[in-house]
Formats: sequence, structure tokens, C-alpha cells
Amino acid sequence: MEGMSAEWQSISRLKTLNERQTMSKDAPDLGNVATQVRLDVLSMIKAAGSGHPGGSFSSVEILVELYWDVMRVRPEEPEWPERDRFVLSKGHACPALYAVLAARGYFESSELLTLRKFGSRLQGHPNMRSLPGLDASTGSLGHGLSIACGIAHGLRLGRLDSRVYCLLGDGELQEGSVWESAMSASHFGLDHLTAIVDRNLVQLDGRVTDVMEIEPLTEKWLSFGWDVVVCDGHSFPSLAKAFEHCSGSGLPSVIIADTIKGRGVSFMEGTFQWHGRCPDDDEYVRAVHELKRGLS
Amino acid sequence: MTRRPLRPTREGYVEGLLEAGRLDERVVVIEGDVSRSIGSDSFLDSYPDRFFNLGASEQDMMGEAAGLALTGFIPFVATYGVFATGRAWDQIRTSICYMDLDVKIGGAHGGVSVGPDGATHQALEDIAIMRVLPNMTVLVPADASQTRAAVLAALRTPGPVYIRFGRNPVPQLYPDDSVVEPGKGNLLREGADILLVACGAMVAETLSAAEQLAGAGISASVIDMVSIKPLDRDLILNQAIGKRGVLTAEDHQVTGGLFGAVAGLLGREYPLPLGSVGVTDSFGTSGTPAEVMEKYGLTADNICRKAASVLGRRK
Repeated sequence: MEGMSAEWQSISRLKTLNERQTMSKDAPDLGNVATQVRLDVLSMIKAAGSGHPGGSFSSVEILVELYWDVMRVRPEEPEWPERDRFVLSKGHACPALYAVLAARGYFESSELLTLRKFGSRLQGHPNMRSLPGLDASTGSLGHGLSIACGIAHGLRLGRLDSRVYCLLGDGELQEGSVWESAMSASHFGLDHLTAIVDRNLVQLDGRVTDVMEIEPLTEKWLSFGWDVVVCDGHSFPSLAKAFEHCSGSGLPSVIIADTIKGRGVSFMEGTFQWHGRCPDDDEYVRAVHELKRGLS
Repeated sequence: MTRRPLRPTREGYVEGLLEAGRLDERVVVIEGDVSRSIGSDSFLDSYPDRFFNLGASEQDMMGEAAGLALTGFIPFVATYGVFATGRAWDQIRTSICYMDLDVKIGGAHGGVSVGPDGATHQALEDIAIMRVLPNMTVLVPADASQTRAAVLAALRTPGPVYIRFGRNPVPQLYPDDSVVEPGKGNLLREGADILLVACGAMVAETLSAAEQLAGAGISASVIDMVSIKPLDRDLILNQAIGKRGVLTAEDHQVTGGLFGAVAGLLGREYPLPLGSVGVTDSFGTSGTPAEVMEKYGLTADNICRKAASVLGRRK
């Protein structure tokens, strides 16, 4: 915490230690959960001095929907063999995943502020060997869907009815290996596999369409033999409907979730400048105030 | 040297797979459209549920192997060594070694001894780029029986293992029930003047060389360093002590392979005049295995010449 302004320190401490721990898990307002996750992510990246706010914020509702509504998991028993699996192929969005896992009780929320620090279990990209609740270590783009396919084979061989979910970035789809695994998943009819594309339209260097066009995505996935659903990646009802649709039709399914990079903080939205940047003290305070306005 | 019957090491790999599949039902086989070339399609006949041909997509093979290992299976993934290691190195590094997963990788067609397929298919850097990875064990068996044993050793060894084998038939050096243990080399011959350390297809050549050298009054120890990583430090140091020099022999780039491993050890612990037989910073070429091995000096005759040259150097 050294070298940080008193104002943001106090805000982050308040957010991560008090409000988070008192939040009810019984019937939470998912909108509030998402806002709280964004506040945590902001504090974590601020404390770390680096990280990826843009792609973390775009994936928040997807992660919250998965961990609160969709996936069968036991936070108190992270290795439960019958759990559903989740692979964060866009590993740089891990601040959001860490905040979600902490909120679900996999580890103490107080640990969130150790993100990216020496000796922390919250590595700069996810390391499953250090932190409970992670089903794979990721960070090198284009790996996650293959891992998810392998897990899907393993679940089927082990006669488990668990499902596997894999979150990819849209820029990540430029990796050729993604399409190797896309081919494989439909070839083997892995209908207990659901990929989610966080289509936030922006990657590190600029707009995806300017850097390297990946559209038309729906047609691409369809032609690879997948069941495709497009939804609003910031709307819980839209996400819920999409996940409901993906319950096994003989085909692997992909949810193309339309999102906004940096969603939730006006000056971060839709811009590549916030792909991998830490806010300064003033920006941090402004962002916190904006996000807090969304809490009910 | 007495004439020994010849057998391709890949046959030992397939025997090992079938045995492993019988011993442990967690064993699954992942192939990349070369199962008929390697011969591992016979695993499909015996265990159809545990065989996956993922086509010509090496990166996906390694990632899917990682996923299967994450659900408790022990995948043996094989394709030609060039593609298994080079095409999918990042997957092996981050999705297999970083998570320390039980994925066993078979690299077929190791070395220039592959012959006619030429440079694109001759794995010459695979040992180096696997050896450098944390958590990875690297085994380079010398004959079919040892390859079978290496597969069974991989099954017993936790974490990722790379097994490199060849295409060309090589002399059978070991009995059918031979055993491979990571971290253990085999002392095949003991002598007083020079230590020869070889792996893979070069072990038989090195034994022939040691016989020739004996005829010329040079007495050589020969180690088959089947375990390149972990290296058998004690065996090498015990055999190096009192020798006037050490020579390594491998069907691989000299940089980073067996020579790199042995030179690193001796440089740190027991410096001696050191020589190498292997490919030196070049690609392979087409030809019969014998022609190509002759071109790159991977022969008993060249081992003898290099040994004499090492001994001619002043310490």
C-alpha cells in the first residue's frame, strides 16, 4: 500500500474489507454484485500499479452470471470432482475472476489487494497451483479452448455430467489455435462445452476491426459446427437466456456476448488506452465515484 | 561388434503404450494424424474409448492433453518430434509444464537418421527445447526395448515427460525386460582413457567406436545417457574422474542437447577436455539414413577421430 494516496486507500479498504464481507450470498442483486466486483478490480489494479481494467470490466457480468447462476460449484470444496469447470482463456481478465472467486468465498477478500505483488497467490495471470478455485493456469492467448475441450473429453470419459465453460476475448480469436480447438469440439460433439466470447471490440493496439478483422463471428462459429447465441453481455436476463439455450444439443455452444471494453467507468469505455493501464489517483477517485453511483 | 538384430524404436513406443494402457486405465492416447506412421493406431483397436486422433493440429493436441490431465487422465501425445515440440512449444510450456501436468509426449522421427523425408521432418532441436522447460523430464532411448521401458517409466513418473525416438531401425542393445529410470544412465563399457556419452541412435555407433578405439590402444568408458533430464550426474562424474577427456555423441544439434547437458555439468564440477559429435548449427537433408548420418559425422568412425582429437588436446 506504500506510495498511494490516503483517499483511495481508504476507499479500497472500505470496499474490499467491509462491504464485500457483509454482502449476502443468498439472494444478491446481481447488478450490485457486478458493481462491487468492478470496485474490487479497480482497487486491486490500483494497488498493484498495473493490470487490465478494460477487459476485466467487459467480462464482469459474464463471470457473475456464471458463478452465481449457471455453474455448479462448491466454493468450500474447490476440487469437488462433480463441479462445473471454468477456463479463463483471456487470462489477463483475472482481476475480475479473482474478485468473483473471493466474493463466492474461495478465499478471503482481504487477499485481493495482493494482486501481482511478490509472494501473492494472485499472480498477474492465473496460476491454478497457487490459488483455489482456478481450473487452469492461463495467460498465453489461444490456449484455453483446447484445455476446455480436453476437460470435456475427461468429464465424458469419467462419466461425469459436469459442464465446462471457457471465456475468450474477441482479439484472442486471432490466435489460430482457437480454431483448431473449435474444429475439434464439434468433431467430437462436445455439447457439454460452452465458449463465451467477450466481444468488447477492442484489443491492446486498437479496435479489433482495425488491428485484424475477425468478423463475421456468428458465421465463423456456425461454419465450425457450433451452436451460436448472441446476447447482451452486460444484461443478466440476456445472459441467463443465452446460457439456458446452451444446455446440450449435440453441438458445442458459443455465446457471443456483446460487451463494452472498460464498462462501468465512462472514460474507460470503448477505448484501447485502458486495455492494460493503471489509473492515477485522480482517475481512480473519479472511477470509484462513478461506480458507486450504480450501487442500489 | 557382434551383429545385433535391427528394430525401429517406434515399435517399442507402441509396445509401451499398449502395456501402459493395460496397466492403467487412466492412460489415453492422443494422436495427430500420424498414428499409422508411428503405429499407435493399434492402441485404438485395443482401447477405442481412450484413443483420440485430433488431426494435424499440434497446438490443440497439447492443450487437450492438458485438459485430460486436469480431469485425472494420463495422456500420451505423439507426433513427429519437430512438430510435437516446436509447433506446440508454448502450449507445452504454459499449459502443461507450468501446471506440472501428467502429459507424456512422444517425439517420433528424431534426428537426421529419419533420412529421405529431409530437413523439415528431422527433429534436431527437440531435446534442447524440451530440456529447458521447468518440470519436464527428457528421455532418449537407444533401442526398441528401451523405448518401451521409457514409456513405462513415463507412466510412473509424475509430471510432463518427453520421449524422443527414431524412425530408422537400430541395433537391439537391451533385453526385452529392460528398465528405464529418470535420472539414471547405463554404463555399457568401462575403460581408462576417455569417457564417451551417447544417447538414442548414437549409442550403438558409440559402442562400435569403443571397440575400434580398443584396437588402437585407447580404452573408453561408454555411457548410454537415456535420461538427459534429469541427467545422471553421479554416473558421469564417477566415470569422468581419472579420464583424459569426454566426448558426447547425439543425433541432434550439439547446442543445447546432450552435449549442452554434459558440458554444463563438467564445466561446473569437473572440467576436462571435451568434444562432441552431433549436428553443428545446420539443417538436415534427404538421403538414406546411412548417407545422411555419414554427412553429419554421426558414425563410429567419426566418433573415433573426435575421441583421438580430444585426447590429443592438453588439459
